[in-house]
Amino acid sequence: METSEPLVARHVLEFPGGYTRTTGPVIGRFLTELRAGRIVGVRTAEGRVLVPPLEYDPATGDPVTDEYVEVGPAGTVTASAWVQEPRPEHPLDRPFAWALIRLDGADTTLVHAVDAGDPKALRPGARVWPVWRERREGGITDIACFRPEVTMIVSPVRPEYRIQAGGALRTFLEGVRRGVFLGGRCATCAKVYVPFRASCPECGTRIAEQVELPDTGTITTFAINNLPDPRAPEVPFVSAYILLDGADIPMIALVGGVPAHEVRQGMRVRAEWVPESERTLSMANVRWFTPTGEEDAELS
Amino acid sequence: MGNRCAVIGVGQTRYTTKRRDVSIAGLVREAALRALEDAGLTFKDIDAVVVGKAPDLFEGVMMPEAYLADALGAAGKPMMRVHTAGSVGGSTALVGASLVQGGVHDRVLVVAFEKQSESNATWALSTHLPFNASLVVGAGGYFAPHIREYMRRTGAPDHIGTLVAVKDRLNALKNPYAHLRIPGIDRAMVESTPMLWEPIRYLETCPSSDGACAMVLASESAVTGTPAWVHGTAMRSEPIFRAGRDTVNPQGGKDCAADVYRQAGVTDPRRQIDVAEVYVPFSWYEPMWLENLGFAAEGEGWKLTESGATALDGDIPWNASGGVLSSNPIGASGLIRFAEAALQVRDMAGEHQVDGARLALGHAYGGGAQFFAMWIVGRERP
Repeated sequence: METSEPLVARHVLEFPGGYTRTTGPVIGRFLTELRAGRIVGVRTAEGRVLVPPLEYDPATGDPVTDEYVEVGPAGTVTASAWVQEPRPEHPLDRPFAWALIRLDGADTTLVHAVDAGDPKALRPGARVWPVWRERREGGITDIACFRPEVTMIVSPVRPEYRIQAGGALRTFLEGVRRGVFLGGRCATCAKVYVPFRASCPECGTRIAEQVELPDTGTITTFAINNLPDPRAPEVPFVSAYILLDGADIPMIALVGGVPAHEVRQGMRVRAEWVPESERTLSMANVRWFTPTGEEDAELS
Repeated sequence: MGNRCAVIGVGQTRYTTKRRDVSIAGLVREAALRALEDAGLTFKDIDAVVVGKAPDLFEGVMMPEAYLADALGAAGKPMMRVHTAGSVGGSTALVGASLVQGGVHDRVLVVAFEKQSESNATWALSTHLPFNASLVVGAGGYFAPHIREYMRRTGAPDHIGTLVAVKDRLNALKNPYAHLRIPGIDRAMVESTPMLWEPIRYLETCPSSDGACAMVLASESAVTGTPAWVHGTAMRSEPIFRAGRDTVNPQGGKDCAADVYRQAGVTDPRRQIDVAEVYVPFSWYEPMWLENLGFAAEGEGWKLTESGATALDGDIPWNASGGVLSSNPIGASGLIRFAEAALQVRDMAGEHQVDGARLALGHAYGGGAQFFAMWIVGRERP
């Protein structure tokens, strides 16, 4: 059996030039005020303010009074629906909300678009303000949209410093560039501090004696960090207090070459240095500390 | 100790993640007005204002105290700012108290705040200076190794931290100002949260809060309303880098406690003190500070926690308010401890009131556990 093709055609009904709408005095006043950059409502016989105005009070069927009340310009959102993908005929070309807005001084709500950026910014109770079009014609779209109130500003603060390392730190970093940890021994209490420092925090004595420490030590304690950090190669990473052999105070450093959960308090470790050609005046010369394989040290 | 000093007004804001409805000035004023209302006073009755907050880098407002003078009614009056890192709230109360004890002023308003939502404290505490490759990531990254060392030394079982995390959040449910109010909080919930800085789990960590706390301090002749009398005040500090420094049980904390106990006539804190508000930002710091503050012998703090003694219905409740684990506007956190201690002995703590509390400890610590501030307040005149 032969099937005939369906007969389909497009048909548009559009009155040339568009229909007119005679506004009547009430709506006309509302639109005229919009053109002038004001929003007005009308008072009902019962005293309520309708925005947008209506000619007859829907609650009673009575005509409204001829009292016009300026409202807003700000209002409060009572409900909203988020439009994630605007259509061509929508007032905004980016995600926005249709919202019911009770303008200040009004007893009813007005529907309009809110350019909120983020649906979370538009909970019921949110305060919004109209954004007026520069060229107004006397239509509801004279208000381009509403926007949330300004409640926060971004305040860029960017102090920039020139940091010059002190002599003690320079001494230590020069050692680190050579692949050596330099400490200092206090002449009064005999404690060895590393990194090298100029005075003893206990005695206040000026430290003069430099001590070259080995690059081996013991992990006294540590944290397993599960938050990523640009200075660590992966997550989790271990930051440990490492007491270098011969030192009296631990340094904090990265531990590598061993799974995080196999690191132990008392574990013996050795610094893994970056190749000499890559060294700078920085602790980055130490890639990390890695287990030596020796028996764990006894902790006090 | 100088002249007598009393807390006659306490004001707090409801602690929360973001106070988007107020500026910093609005936030501190809210707390200040509540403290004044509690004392039955107005700004006109105040002689001097002391403001405390943690590093300026948290909000990026340099010297915020200057801008806050108007909000705190300080025009034409002495005003100063205190900063001792996390312990600053406690130090702020003590600086205010010293102005009264020294006979300089009759009524001092002390206010502390933090609006953490304006930036991120972990960022602000992890500024990476050139030449240095410190691997400390935020406060949790700093304190986690010391907690691990406490566990090793004492052999405390792993679940002790969880017990504190649950206990303080149960208390928070009774405090209308508390930030973290988690219905149904229990061990399983805490243990199901991830390790951030092992051995610290997510729910064993304090929140980031916006909030302010204020107190009105008065000399004996200027007391209005219900006073909490100051029985002792002490501050101590110690260098963060010192060979042999005990980071688990710092000497500064022990010395500070001994000093404040001596002033208040306390020889057995566990028995004589009725309630303590102690700065516990990570759950394990409860057993650690129980030992540091002499409520338990060294190595025994965790047993006290495990026994339930520090719960609201225990014999020595710690952090009846929910503590720092439940609300942490950093700069204010210490002052909240001091204020909650005062509320307890004024019998004004509401649902988390410890029955018959007559003597209370307020405690704060800061930096790398290197700054300490403490006071003891009592129902009776010292």
